[in-house]
Amino acid sequence: MNPNPAPNPAIGHNIVPKMTARDVNVFYGQKQAIKNVSIDVSSEHVTAFIGPSGCGKSTFLRCLNRMNDTVDGARVEGRIELDSQDIYAPAMDVVQLRARVGMVFQKPNPFPKSIYENVAYGPRIHGLARAKADMDNIVESALRRAGLWDEVKDRLAESGTAMSGGQQQRLCIARAIAVDPEVILMDEPCSALDPIATARIEELIDELRGRYAIVIVTHNMQQAARVSQKTAFFHLGTLVEYDDTSAIFTNPKATRTKDYITGRYG
Amino acid sequence: MKLLIAFALVLALAGLAYLAGRARAVRMTLAAGGRIGAVHSRPAYHGAYVAVLALAPALILLAGWGLMGEGVIEGRVLATLDAASQPAPGPDRAALMNEVRGLVAGDLPQAFNPLAPVLAPRYAATRANLDLLAGALAVALLCLGGLWGYSRIRPDFRARNRVESQVRALLLLASVVAILTTFGIVLSLIFESIRFFRLVSPIEFLTGLAWSPQTALRADQVGSTGAFGAVPLFWGTIFIGAIIAMAVAIPLGLMSAIYLTQYAQPRLRRWLKPVLELLAGVPTVVYGFFAALTVAPVVRQIAVALGMSDASSDSALAAGLVMGVMIIPFVSSMADDALTAVPRAMRDGSLAMGATMSETVKKVMVPAALPGIIGGVLLAVSRAIGETMIVVMAAGLAANLTANPFSSVTTVTTQIVALLTGDQEFDSAKTLSAFALGLVLFGMTLVLNIYALAVVKRYREAYE
Repeated sequence: MNPNPAPNPAIGHNIVPKMTARDVNVFYGQKQAIKNVSIDVSSEHVTAFIGPSGCGKSTFLRCLNRMNDTVDGARVEGRIELDSQDIYAPAMDVVQLRARVGMVFQKPNPFPKSIYENVAYGPRIHGLARAKADMDNIVESALRRAGLWDEVKDRLAESGTAMSGGQQQRLCIARAIAVDPEVILMDEPCSALDPIATARIEELIDELRGRYAIVIVTHNMQQAARVSQKTAFFHLGTLVEYDDTSAIFTNPKATRTKDYITGRYG
Repeated sequence: MKLLIAFALVLALAGLAYLAGRARAVRMTLAAGGRIGAVHSRPAYHGAYVAVLALAPALILLAGWGLMGEGVIEGRVLATLDAASQPAPGPDRAALMNEVRGLVAGDLPQAFNPLAPVLAPRYAATRANLDLLAGALAVALLCLGGLWGYSRIRPDFRARNRVESQVRALLLLASVVAILTTFGIVLSLIFESIRFFRLVSPIEFLTGLAWSPQTALRADQVGSTGAFGAVPLFWGTIFIGAIIAMAVAIPLGLMSAIYLTQYAQPRLRRWLKPVLELLAGVPTVVYGFFAALTVAPVVRQIAVALGMSDASSDSALAAGLVMGVMIIPFVSSMADDALTAVPRAMRDGSLAMGATMSETVKKVMVPAALPGIIGGVLLAVSRAIGETMIVVMAAGLAANLTANPFSSVTTVTTQIVALLTGDQEFDSAKTLSAFALGLVLFGMTLVLNIYALAVVKRYREAYE
């Protein structure tokens, strides 16, 4: 019997996937970073990608909003769909795709602008607000949903780069949800933060669940266990196992997953 | 010539001192069993220490003699004359001594001053004696220093630390030379400017609107009253260097930097960027030809076509346009650095929001890089207003206070060139005004440079 059967990409019965990936291969020049990954992501769950460093989990995440397009020499094969539309099809406009699939990065990267302007950036370029009052509402509701409003409502004009790391990261989340995306990709959003700031972000992720399809890449297994309902384990560019988070952590099917979970390597 | 031989001899002896010191240290190391640590410093350091002790005093003596020896010899030679025939100090004395030296060297067949043939043999003898004395003293100092250093070689002598601090002193000296030179330049400008400001009031110089530096040689001469209002020159400098040239260089430089950093394929960037920077290597006099022979006639034709029938062939526009092209590489390479220094995360953050590349550049990259870009522009302005050749060749000499780019204007640097070329008397306000102009120009570029460097530094800190 094959020791590592291809995992079932599906997420379960009666759930319509938000994004589906089938047989995705990614190359950086000659090097293959992702091999035949197929996976479904839904709005009902927070999906965690775990795996050792260099396993391709971030690379795969960046395929989901075509951020790999900005990397020289990167090539993506296979089919990735958002609401059954092929996102790599010529008809798909990458600008609109990224407005629908937002992203939060590993290191907080607020723009060197005021807090208000950071959140207003997306709505402004997409023309979501007609009047100043509309924009004020969008900014306030995005900051509220990101749990940042009470902390910053009196200093919206201050620079976004002057806040603490945790606040900066929540500002980046507010910035991402200000354009009301359908999917939010988070690439190790807490790796640069202290435990208290991390706990705030994790609470926030839990509050945002259901409203957005959230995919979070993390190298912290406890974090994956805390915030996600589905977990995908990547190793050496392949998707080894994809299942309910509880199943992955209590009863992994593949030996590699088990070894990683129990800390034998990683 | 003799001094040169003395230098060579001293250097050769110092080389011997090095070899001797090293050889002794080697013997000592072997005697100590050759273990690491038995002798504090390696033989080469002992050798270098001995050589420095030998060389430094001898070199200082020879350099001092080279600088001051002439004065000593002159004093001794003149002292042989009786009091009645002593030349007056100042020009008379200098002229006499020049003739004496000419006779000694054989450059001068005959002297005007009857004293010169008398003094010439005395001068030659004194010089020969004193040169020999200085050389002998130098060699003696060298031997003494070398022997003292040689005697200090011991296993526990920290020769390495000594040599290292001597090298540090040498490095400090090297960096101080450039700074001292700058101070010297400023001082010489200030002294000559003070002489000028005794003749012309600084207020007239800095606020006067008429520039006509020709002063009358005779009282009845017409039209050469001399006016030293430098405002038209400063205006011309700013008009060409800071307005017209920047109107060319800022958009072109900034746009090429944006293209090269954000859009160009790496392969294209690899050869386009060096080619652009080649522009900075073109000698400015070549730009001057280009401005005077190619651009200026075209500009004049345009002016004529626009209805200015008396358009000059020298124009602010021709000089400014070419100067703008010349400083494109300054602007683009600073803007390139500034844009490259903006973290990639910033760009990705904007692209991930669904911003287009153009929106990202306009709203995120350029604002974030703005301090660096401004710093580059200020450095370019400072370079442009100090630029000389292009404006000398293409901008003209008429000190017009005008905002018409087709008319001829003049700049500070052009006027300095015009004032100081050819034979000039150094006691007239006309000639001295060049130094006052130079001082003001130096002040302007200094302030611009300091400000630009401060701006650039602040933005470097922002991303660390």
